[in-house]
Amino acid sequence: MDWNRTLSKQVVDLPRSGIREFFDLVTGSKDIISLGVGEPDFVTPWNIREAAISSLEKGHTTYTSNYGLESLRRAIARYVEGFFHVSYNPLCEILPTVGVSEAIDLALRCLINPGDEVLYHEPCYVSYAPSVLLAYGTPKAVETSIDDLFALNPAKLEAAITPRTKVLMLNFPTNPTGSIAPKETLEEIAKICIKHDLFVLTDEIYSELRYDGIEHTSIASLPGMKERTLLLHGFSKAFAMTGFRLGYACGPKELIEQMMKIHSYTMICPTITSQEAGIEALQNGVTAMQEMRDSYHRRRDYIVKRFNDMGMDCHLPGGAFYTFPSIKRFGISSKEFAMRLLKEQKVAGVPGTAFGACGEGYLRCCYATAFELLEAACDKMERFCASLN
Amino acid sequence: MTEEALLKILETDARLSDQQIADRLGVSVAEVAAERATLEQEGRIVGYQTIVNDDGEGVSAFIEVKCTPERGGGFDRLAERISRFDEVRSCYLMSGGFDLLVQVDAADLLSVARFVSEKLASLPGVLSTATHFRLKTYKLNGLHFTEEPSHQRISVAP
Ligand SMILES: Cc1ncc(COP(=O)(O)O)c(C=O)c1O
Repeated sequence: MDWNRTLSKQVVDLPRSGIREFFDLVTGSKDIISLGVGEPDFVTPWNIREAAISSLEKGHTTYTSNYGLESLRRAIARYVEGFFHVSYNPLCEILPTVGVSEAIDLALRCLINPGDEVLYHEPCYVSYAPSVLLAYGTPKAVETSIDDLFALNPAKLEAAITPRTKVLMLNFPTNPTGSIAPKETLEEIAKICIKHDLFVLTDEIYSELRYDGIEHTSIASLPGMKERTLLLHGFSKAFAMTGFRLGYACGPKELIEQMMKIHSYTMICPTITSQEAGIEALQNGVTAMQEMRDSYHRRRDYIVKRFNDMGMDCHLPGGAFYTFPSIKRFGISSKEFAMRLLKEQKVAGVPGTAFGACGEGYLRCCYATAFELLEAACDKMERFCASLN
Repeated sequence: MTEEALLKILETDARLSDQQIADRLGVSVAEVAAERATLEQEGRIVGYQTIVNDDGEGVSAFIEVKCTPERGGGFDRLAERISRFDEVRSCYLMSGGFDLLVQVDAADLLSVARFVSEKLASLPGVLSTATHFRLKTYKLNGLHFTEEPSHQRISVAP
C-alpha cells in the first residue's frame, strides 16, 4: 500500500500530542506516582451510577433523538440557567454530545471555512489546535503568561486579530494552568469580540471547580454575547463522569442545528445510559459535586504551599485541578525536568510544552490524586529540587 | 474546622498526624490538636484501633439476649456486666424482638458455647439467648473486605 498516497495529508501532518509521547514513557515505568492525570480521582457518585444501572435494567438500550433525550435537555437548561445565569431553549438551543470533545469538533467544523483563523489562548488543552486543523482552519495561539496569571490579556488578543479571524476559543478555568478570567477581563474580551464580530467557543468544563469564593462568570452571560457564543460544558470533571462521555453545547439555534446535522451522521447520540445518568447528576448530584470540589480545594492549597516551599514558583490557581509551577530557576527545560523527575524520583508531571510552546519553563501537576500520594509526591519532588540546586 | 470534619478524617485513617490532618483540612496544627484533645476528653473519641481481617482465625458469634429490665436501671447494669467479659467484643441495646446484641470472639465453637452456657445464660436477669456464628465478613467499619483491586485511571491524560 502506498500510504503516502492513501492516507489523508491533513491527518498525517497533524502533530502527535506532546502528552502522548510522555504517556508512553510513564506507562513503561513501574511504581510511578502520577500527577499527570487529567481526570478526577473520585468514582462517579453512587446515585449517578445507580441511575445508569437502572436505565440498563429497564431495558433502555436504544438510540435517542439526535438532540438527545428531551428530559436531559430540560435538566441541562435548568442547570445552566441556575449556574451560568443564561437561559437556553431546550428544544433547539441545546445539544447533548459525546463529551465536550465532540462538541468542540462539531462547532469548529460548523464555523470554519478553509483558511479561517481561530484564536485561542496558550498554554491550552491539547485538542484545540488539532481540532481547528481538522476543520481546515488556521489555529492562532495568543500566548498568556504568569504576568496575567495565565488569563487572556485583552490587548494581546486584539493585537492578534486579522481580517480572517472568525472564532475565539476560551477555556476558563484553564487546563493546564488552572487560571480563571476575572469578570472585568471577560467584559473587555467581550467588547473586543463584538467590535471585531468574532464568534466565541467557550469551554467551561471546569467551571464548578472554583476555589476563590467568587462566582464563576460565563462570557455567554455578558450583554450582547449570548447570540455570538457557544457554551460548552459537560459532566466529566465536576461530576467525576469522564468515562460516561457526556457533554453538551448551548448556543444559537442556527449553529446548534448545523452541529446536530454532523452529529446525526457521525454519532447519532450519546449512549442513552449516559444520558439518563446525566439527568440524575444534574438533579441530585450537586451536593456530591460540591464535596468533591471542597476536597480538591484543600489539596490545591497543600500542593501549592509545598511547591513554593521547595523552591518552585507556583501561583495559586483559581480553578480546575491543575497547578502549573515554574521550574525556570533550575535552568533546565520542562521536558528535561519532567524526564529526570520521572527517572530519578518516579513522579510524573507533564512538561508545560505539551500545552504549547509558551508552556516552556512550567510543569503541569494535577492534584486530583489521593492526599497521601500527593504527600509522597511532594516529598520526592522536594528531594529532586534539592538535588538540582 | 468542624468536629465532624476531624472525625470523618480520623474515621478513615486514625494514623494521620495532626500535621497531616491540618493539611487535609486547611487549618493549623494547633487547632487540630486542640479539637482532638477536646473530643478525647469528652469521650467522643473513645480510642484508636486497627481493623483486622480475622475471618480466618477463631470464631465470632452474635448473640441475641433477652433479659428482664431492672427497676430504675433498665438494662444498663446487666449490659455493663456482660460487657466486662474479655470475650465480649461489642454489646448493644437493641429495639425489637430481643434486648441486647452481644458479639463474642473466641478460639472455637466450643469456647463460645461454654461462654454462653456458663457465663452469659446463667447471669441473673438473662431470660434467653440465641447464638449466630459469623461465616464471613464483607464490610466492617465502612471498609470492604473482599473488594476487587480498584480500577485504575490511565496515568497520563490530557
Ligand atoms: C479543557 C478541556 N476541555 C475538554 C476536555 C474533554 O472533556 P470531555 O470528557 O467532556 O470530552 C478536557 C479534558 O481533559 C479539558 O481539559
